[in-house]
Amino acid sequence: MIRFEDVTKVYDTTSRPALDGVTTEIERGEFVFLVGPSGSGKSTFIRLVQREEKASSGTVYVSGRDVARLSSWRVPHLRRDLGVVFQDFRLLPNKNVFANVAFAMQVLGKRRGLINQAIPEVLKTVGLEDKAHRFPHELSGGEQQRVAIARAVVNSPAILLADEPTGNLDPETSWGIMEVLDKIHQNGTTVVMATHDHEIVNTMRRRVVELHEGQVMRDEAEAGYQPADATAQLQSRLRKTEVN
Amino acid sequence: MRFAFIVSETLSGIRRNLSMVISVVLVTFISLTFVGSAGLLQMQINQMKGYWYDRVEVAIFLCNDTSTAASCAGGAVTDSQREAIEAQLESQQASAYVESYEHESQDQALELFQDQYANLDMAESVTADQLPESFRVSLVNAEQYEVVNEMFSGMPGVEVVSDQRELLESLFSLMNIASVIAIALAVIMLITAILLIATTIRLSAFSRRRETGIMRLVGASKTMIQLPFLAEGVVAAMLGAAMASIATWAIAKFFIADWLASEYPQTGFISSTEALWLIPLLFVIALILAAASSMLTLRRYLKV
Repeated sequence: MIRFEDVTKVYDTTSRPALDGVTTEIERGEFVFLVGPSGSGKSTFIRLVQREEKASSGTVYVSGRDVARLSSWRVPHLRRDLGVVFQDFRLLPNKNVFANVAFAMQVLGKRRGLINQAIPEVLKTVGLEDKAHRFPHELSGGEQQRVAIARAVVNSPAILLADEPTGNLDPETSWGIMEVLDKIHQNGTTVVMATHDHEIVNTMRRRVVELHEGQVMRDEAEAGYQPADATAQLQSRLRKTEVN
Repeated sequence: MRFAFIVSETLSGIRRNLSMVISVVLVTFISLTFVGSAGLLQMQINQMKGYWYDRVEVAIFLCNDTSTAASCAGGAVTDSQREAIEAQLESQQASAYVESYEHESQDQALELFQDQYANLDMAESVTADQLPESFRVSLVNAEQYEVVNEMFSGMPGVEVVSDQRELLESLFSLMNIASVIAIALAVIMLITAILLIATTIRLSAFSRRRETGIMRLVGASKTMIQLPFLAEGVVAAMLGAAMASIATWAIAKFFIADWLASEYPQTGFISSTEALWLIPLLFVIALILAAASSMLTLRRYLKV
């Protein structure tokens, strides 16, 4: 489904590459956590899949296509195969829940009848069936993220990319989001989720691809995640508190 | 659905960006009105050229009783002098230059004079013998005036050979200068319009960056993303062109056809219907304008 072959991405030649010789493959129907500290290359990984960026070297394949070789008018077709969710939701503040989700269908030229039929269904999937007419500012963070997920999957993409979807949410709300993502995965969508929330990763027991300074440090099925840096930092901070 | 969506996106873009859109409309309107005016001037020049060049090219004025020129010292032209001039016009030598000629008697001259200056009181008091009789010569090539001038100037009974084109040429060159100035102003204004449209699209793209971001994300086509912005520029430019077309037509109708034509009835003026030919031109320019500025902007600010 997604294959990286020795992919390196350099944004600016003076600093170290954001991704450095990454080779990995994600199969259809997998649920993969992409973990690692900030700056480890998780977001770059996702941007390369979306073809927001092109690899400096190496090849990225999505659904068998070399994305760097897609002509600019084929790129939208690639993106229709991808649903994307971000930490900051990216909803349109002047549109209500229904309209926000409908927007993703309208811009693809979907028929009104289809839209009116698909949206209640997808809102049900994310658990917002009774909030279709609320505006984003009337919703909690978790609910806003559910709207974003609904928008990402309403066109039934084969792959859902989630870049720190729980980054702005408290743990309890995060679990709600994880349930939604799990449900979408159960329906057959390949899910790639970048996160550094080790609690979620440890509980879910899915495949984990750990990035560190742009390189794949670890790639294990049904694994957990102990963020080394964070733990070390926490421990040293705790030690200092003890001394005081 | 798709079409309706693009239309509604375009309209909402215009609404959000109303003041910029109005400024684009006005700048396009003014610049295209300059273009239209220059066009009217050129049409008028062509009209007058066609009108006058057919009628007057070279006039050989013959002496009359009141002539003061040195060559007319012998008094009014005699019949034999007139015949000699006519023979010269018919001659082999002249036929290479002379296309045709007509004799205009003093009575005919008076008739024409009174016709042309009917609105002057003076016209009534002029008599036939105050006006010169003449040969009206049209040339094979209007540029060869000098040859004809030399051929006839010295002949007895000829008061003066005048190239009536010269009078018109100075008028035409004045009108040409005016149209060059109008075009120069139009070009400056058109450049302003292009930059203004580009800025408008840029602002519009910025104010809708959330929407376009999501459109890219879900894989909307380039057309879907860019067309509303392109349409915004095109709609504004077209409104400007429509206003400029009305203005150009109004100038042709009320200023030229109604006012100038009644002030100077002897001159051929263009009709307001002829001015309608300029309208498609104005719209095409507006379209090119919008397209050019969109090229500048869309590629930079609305990448897919």
